[in-house]
This record gives sequence, C-alpha cells and structure tokens, in this order.
Amino acid sequence: MYQTKKTIEMEAALQTNVQTCYHCGDTCVDEVIVAHDKAFCCAGCKTVYELLEENNLCTYYNLEQNPGISGKAQASDARFAYLDDAGVEAQLVNFKNDDICKLTFYVPQMHCSSCIWLLENLFKLNSGISESTVNFLRKEISLTYFHQKTTLREVVTLLARLGYEPEITLADTDGKKVKKQSHTIIYKLGIAGFCFGNVMLLAFPDYLAVADDLQRTFGSFFGYLSLILSIPVLFYSARGFYTSAWEGLKQRFVNIDFPIALGLTALFFVSLYEVITGTGPGYYDSFTGLVFFMLIGKYFQQRTYDTLSFDRDYTSYFPVSVTVLKDEEETSTAVRNLKIGDRIRIRNQELVPADAILLRGQAMIDYSFVTGESEPEEKVAGEIIYAGGRQVGESIEVEVVKEVSQGYLTQLWNDSAFSKEEKHSSVATYANKAGQWFVIVTVIVAIGTLWYWVPRDTDMAMRAFTSVLIIACPCALSLATPFVHGHTMRVFGRNKFYLKNTSVVESLAKIDTVVFDKTGTLTEPSAAEVTYTGKALAAEQERSILSVLRHSTHPLSQRISENLKETPLNVENFQEFAGKGLSGEVNGHLIRVGSAAYLGVPSDKATDTLKTTVYVSWDGMLLGYYTFYNVYRDGLKSILHDLGDKKVAMLSGDNNHEEARLRELLGPEAELVFNQSPVQKLESIQAFQAMHRKVLMVGDGLNDAGALKQSDAGIALTNSVTNFSPSCDAILDATAFDKLSKFLAFSKKTMSLILATFAVSLVYNAIGLTLAVQGLFSPIFSAILMPISSLSVIVFATLSVKFAAKRAGL
Amino acid sequence: MYIIFLMIAISVTVAAAFLGAFLWAVRSGQYDDDYTPSVRMLFDNETAPTSKGKDANKPQGA
Repeated sequence: MYQTKKTIEMEAALQTNVQTCYHCGDTCVDEVIVAHDKAFCCAGCKTVYELLEENNLCTYYNLEQNPGISGKAQASDARFAYLDDAGVEAQLVNFKNDDICKLTFYVPQMHCSSCIWLLENLFKLNSGISESTVNFLRKEISLTYFHQKTTLREVVTLLARLGYEPEITLADTDGKKVKKQSHTIIYKLGIAGFCFGNVMLLAFPDYLAVADDLQRTFGSFFGYLSLILSIPVLFYSARGFYTSAWEGLKQRFVNIDFPIALGLTALFFVSLYEVITGTGPGYYDSFTGLVFFMLIGKYFQQRTYDTLSFDRDYTSYFPVSVTVLKDEEETSTAVRNLKIGDRIRIRNQELVPADAILLRGQAMIDYSFVTGESEPEEKVAGEIIYAGGRQVGESIEVEVVKEVSQGYLTQLWNDSAFSKEEKHSSVATYANKAGQWFVIVTVIVAIGTLWYWVPRDTDMAMRAFTSVLIIACPCALSLATPFVHGHTMRVFGRNKFYLKNTSVVESLAKIDTVVFDKTGTLTEPSAAEVTYTGKALAAEQERSILSVLRHSTHPLSQRISENLKETPLNVENFQEFAGKGLSGEVNGHLIRVGSAAYLGVPSDKATDTLKTTVYVSWDGMLLGYYTFYNVYRDGLKSILHDLGDKKVAMLSGDNNHEEARLRELLGPEAELVFNQSPVQKLESIQAFQAMHRKVLMVGDGLNDAGALKQSDAGIALTNSVTNFSPSCDAILDATAFDKLSKFLAFSKKTMSLILATFAVSLVYNAIGLTLAVQGLFSPIFSAILMPISSLSVIVFATLSVKFAAKRAGL
Repeated sequence: MYIIFLMIAISVTVAAAFLGAFLWAVRSGQYDDDYTPSVRMLFDNETAPTSKGKDANKPQGA
C-alpha cells in the first residue's frame, strides 16, 4: 500500500502545478482544499490549521516547513471513551492529588522543533492543561492538568486531533511503570571526583620535595583531612566493587572485582596506618583517583540507549481499548475488561486483542508478526481468530471466546521458557578470566615477597607485602573492557545497530551459529514479487486485469495491482465474492480473478496448496495465474558469504514453498526448518546450545520472542526503531541489515583489542611489581604510576577502536 | 602560615557547595534530556500576554 501511495505521489509530481499541503507537506493528490489562501491535502489537515490559527498558534508553521502530521488517517474520537474509566486513568497517571494529575505519554510522531513548540503550548488549546514538557529524544511528553477543568480523555483527544496521538498500550496500564533512570552511578562518580580533586590538592606538597617544611607543619592535618575525604569514597563510591567481589565469592568464583577490592582495601588501610602513626602521607590520592577512574569505566559500561526499549512483551503490542458492540451501539472498552461473549468490532489494521469467533465481515488476518506466515489468512464466519492477528481490509465483527489473559498468545508468553530471567551471567567474560589469573599471580608474588623479607627485615616485609597487594590492583585491566566495548557500542549505534548493553559485544564475538527467521527478517515484509504464469498477456489485457484488481481492498489484489503503471481503465459491474474472488467488465470483456475453486481450476498439483496463487480468466477463458514470491533483503547474499565459517540455520513459521530458493541462498549445509511454532523455535535454539554452540538469533516478530530470549544473542530487526520490537539484546535497523556480518566480524576484532589493552596495562603492573617486591614502592610512585596507567589504557582503548572501525568501514 | 587552615576550610566548603549543586542538578533531572532544552531556548517569546502556564514552563529552559 505504501508503494501505491509512492507511485501516486510521483505521478502527481509529474503534473505541472503540484500543490503541497501547507500543514503536512504531502502532495495534494485527490483534491486540493484551499482555505485561508493556503492549500491543504485533506480536511483533517485543514481542521488542525484552523484550530491553531484560532488560538494564535501559527508560530508552529514558522519554525519548520510543513511540520504537521497528515490528518488523513483520522479516526473517530469515540475510541478514547475508555479513558473516562477511572480504573484506566488511575493506571496511566503517575501522580494525582486534589487538583492536578501528572502523566507521561509516548508520542512517536514528534519529529521536529515545531512539534516541541506546539506540544509545549498545549495549555493555549485546553486551559485545563497547566504544563506540558517534551523530552524529544525519548519522544515523551509529560503533562500536568487540572482534573476538575479537563479530563484525561479530552487531553488525549486533543493530542490525537493535532496528529500526535499518544501510544497507549496494554503495558502502560499494567502498572509496570517505566523505571526512572538510575542516577546512582553519577552520584558515585560526582562524590569520587570531588574527593579525588581535594585529596590531590592536599597531597600536592608531597609531590614536591621542597615543601618539606610545609609537610612537617601540616602533614598530620592534611593526612586526617584526606582520610575524612576518602571515607565516603570507600563506603559509597567503591561499594559496587566490594558487593560484586562478594557476590562472586559466594558463588565460589573469583571475578575481576575481587583483586580490585583487595587492592583498594590494602591501599586504604595502609594509608590509615601511615596517617595514624604519622609515618607517612598515605596513598589517599591514589585510592580516590583509582575509584574515580574505575567508576568512569563503569559509567561507560552502563550506558545504553534508553530511548529504545529492549524488554517489551506482548502487552506493549496490544491496544488498551477496543470497540465493543452492545445493542447495536459502539462503545469503547478497556481490553482488560473484555469478557467472554462480548461482540467487538475490528477495523482495518486493528489488532484482534483476544481469541474470538468471526461473526460478520470478510476477515483477512495478518499473522505475520505472531506466527511468521507471510500471507494474510482468510477466515470465514464461524472460524476462530487468534489474538495478535491484524485485520486487513474491511471492518469485521467478532465474538470474544477467551479472556485476554487466557488467549493463545498470552498463554504462550506465560510459558516458563519465555519468562526466563536474564541468564547472561558475566561469569565467563575475558576480564573475569584475566582477574582469576591476576589473583593467582598476586598471591604467589605476595607470599614470595613475605618469604624473602621476613627473615631479613620484618618492617620491610610488611611494606613490600602491602605494596604488592596495592600495585596488583588490576584497575587498568578493569577499564579495558568497558572502554573497548563502550566505544564499539557507539560505533554500532552510528551504524543503526543498537545494543542493549556493552556485554552484548562479547556475546556477539563468541557466536558460531547464526539462526534467521524468514518472514520479515530474510524477506522484505512490505514487498512481494508477483510473477505471472500462463498464456501471454497483451498489454491491453494486462492493463484491464490490473484495473479490475485495483478496485479490491484484498491485500493480494493490491499487491498485483501495484504493478499497474498506466492510469486504470474504467471498470463496470465490479463484484467481489468474499473468500473467492472478484469479477468486473472492462470494454465489454468479462474478467474474473480469484482462487482456483472460484474459477473452477482443478488444484491437483500439490504445490498449489503451498504457494499463494491467484487465477485469471478472460471472457470465461482461463489465462493463467499469478504467484507470489518473497523478496529477500538486499545484501543477504553477501552477508551469508561473509558468515563463512559459521553455521547458518533458518527457522520459519511459514510453509516450505520457498525451500528451493532458500536452499540456493543459504547453501547446502544450512539447516532449514519450516512450520515452526514459537515454542518449537525456542526448542531448536536450545538444541543448538546443547551442542555447545553459541547461537545468534535474528528475528523480528512475536513468534521469535522466545528464541530471541533463549539465544546467546538475540537481534530484533525492525523497520523503525521506535516501533514495537520483541525483547532482545540488540535492535538492528532494517536498512543496516547488509552490515550484519561486518558487525559480527568487528565484535570479534574487539576481543583482540581488549587483549592488546590488557597487555598495555600489564606492563605498568609489571613495573610496579618489580618496585613493590623490593620495598621501593612509595606514595609518590603510586601517585604517578596509577593515573598514567589508567589514562593510557583509556586512550589506547579509544583510539584502537576508532582506528579499527575506520578500517572495517563502519 | 596558619592561614592555610582557614583557606583549606574555605576551599573545601566551596568545593562541597559545588558538589551539592551538581547532585541537586542530577536529582532534579537536568541531565536526563540534553536535547530538548537546546531547542526550547530558541523559541521566541509571544507578544501576547503570557499565561501562568507559560511561566511554569520557563524555569526548565532557563
């Protein structure tokens, strides 16, 4: 349908006087409404303009050219009636007192500064709104309104009328409010930075030998002040390292944070001892500095794309309300309140929210998102429609047979396998493995030092021993991974591949099996290739057939008629027979198009039941049939070629009529499985994992959700990143699909970058250790060596990723 | 030289005040959105009398 719109636009653009809509900038195709000396493409756009003009809000049009959102798709305002329900309101608002209500909506339509301006001036259109604030990156609007003066429904209706209909899904009413961003790491970082700066200031006299005088007078004062400043760093900022090390120990496992915690403890207590006994200035500057640098690493590691949602389930896909028919009257009801026996109306492109029986209308249910079948399924009255299907075509009436929470799809989701918690433990990461070795080496060296010094000099033995523990703190090591991965994530983000967190890079690097979904992942969802088989068609005949098809809203007819390049011919006596086909007359010729049964074609060939075919007859004589083929995404061949050594598999919910083509594309070794249910997909992934394979799943629909979650790394492919995508580890924009193999190769590359960074940091540790075992390590060495090692690791990690990305062409 | 005690006390207090300001800024959400305010500040003030709601909007951008 999108393509038809495009062609029409292009045709219009060829005509000489093209008028674009003053409001939305679309080309005025069918009619031009001229009002107030301006052209509008539809009544919807005009109404919005008039509303804004009346309220003196035309600044909207001055900030950006044609900023509006097309008003063509305006639906009735009655659908918001469910918002009057006090229960729904209570679930949506964040805060309510006697006067005001506060809530936040997700408005995916906002796209420019005009949008921000208008949305923040809503109070001029509805005096009940006291304040509206936009967060453009998150595409959110936070509203405060007086609930005595206006209602939630009025506010939402106003937004929808302006073209900014908020996306209210079942997840919003679930009480699962979006978590507020955690600021803890920033607080920790701020406090560590503050203490580090001040302690360094106090430690400065030590760095200069000339300040000996000063040191004698103020030494203990500076020491105690540094001690006081370090206490919040130890107990607040550095707490994460201790808890993580403890968690690891509880699971009988040494992670990277263990030697860090050990080093920090040694640093703090040696300093404490020195200050209290007055034997030295202590290492507080190194201590606070280390914590500060490592927190920067942690901050980098925790960064994610919080404008994207990686943890959505079916509730974010379902609508909140649905039109219920009661005594021939339409009322809007919250989906949660749907009861068995309710009659509901589903309009074009609306979702069936609960398992239901079709009562009236021609149902074409598009299950592609739920099951992966590529073509919409035709249903006749009396047949069951499962929740999650999308109606294409005319509006239908259905009767609910199961409550929403009992539906096929929701049951599936509540399946234990789907609700599996994060199983990605960071146990086997590179840094943790290195941490284990670190501990072993440290312990050996520390004991060796003790063994050497104790018989000679007990004082020196203690000093050398603690120095070893201090210098062995692998802080630079712990910085390497966050920085390499953090920059890799940014490089991927620039290329429209958004990772949930930095540890996904490591998961991607270990992948040896790539599993694809078919519909929507390997294939282009909006396109289908139509081929004609049969008697050759004259140009005039083809044009007539396509003209007839253009009159039908059936998705298959529309796909075929997209190929019509010329202006359609006049069609007379057009008739459509639900579930069968259609007929029409062009220039006196009777054209009938439809299923094999409709045209009386014996469907003896087995392939016919798999392929979707549409037969055509001309004046009662059978001409031939149209077959639909999937269109595979651009660059698929090169990706599959680049994946080379990895095992490739495909799990499809669709039937196997494309097997031959897929076999040719994916190669003889690829595993192709068809007719897979969501649970079977999940089980296939488990089977691969049982063979000790690291599986990458690439999918797009709800039917892949279980597999995406089960796999070691799950990538959801989407045409628009703000759209719904099932829960996953990474979201890949469809336009960047051709770079998939590059992303995988680059992730692998980052592992060697990390190893190189490890090597850099180990050089510093080696230098430090040589000094430490000899008992030569002093606060001043520490103050120089620690920051230099941290900074050089950060710089090395940053530059090496940049360089590698450039070379990889990302 | 004992002035140093006073000076250090002052410097730590000033630094602590800035730390407090930073923590307050984070808490009040000033770091949550680093894009919209940059657009908002470019909007012209209306010539028409501004209502209470507009004033309520102001401090966010300022």
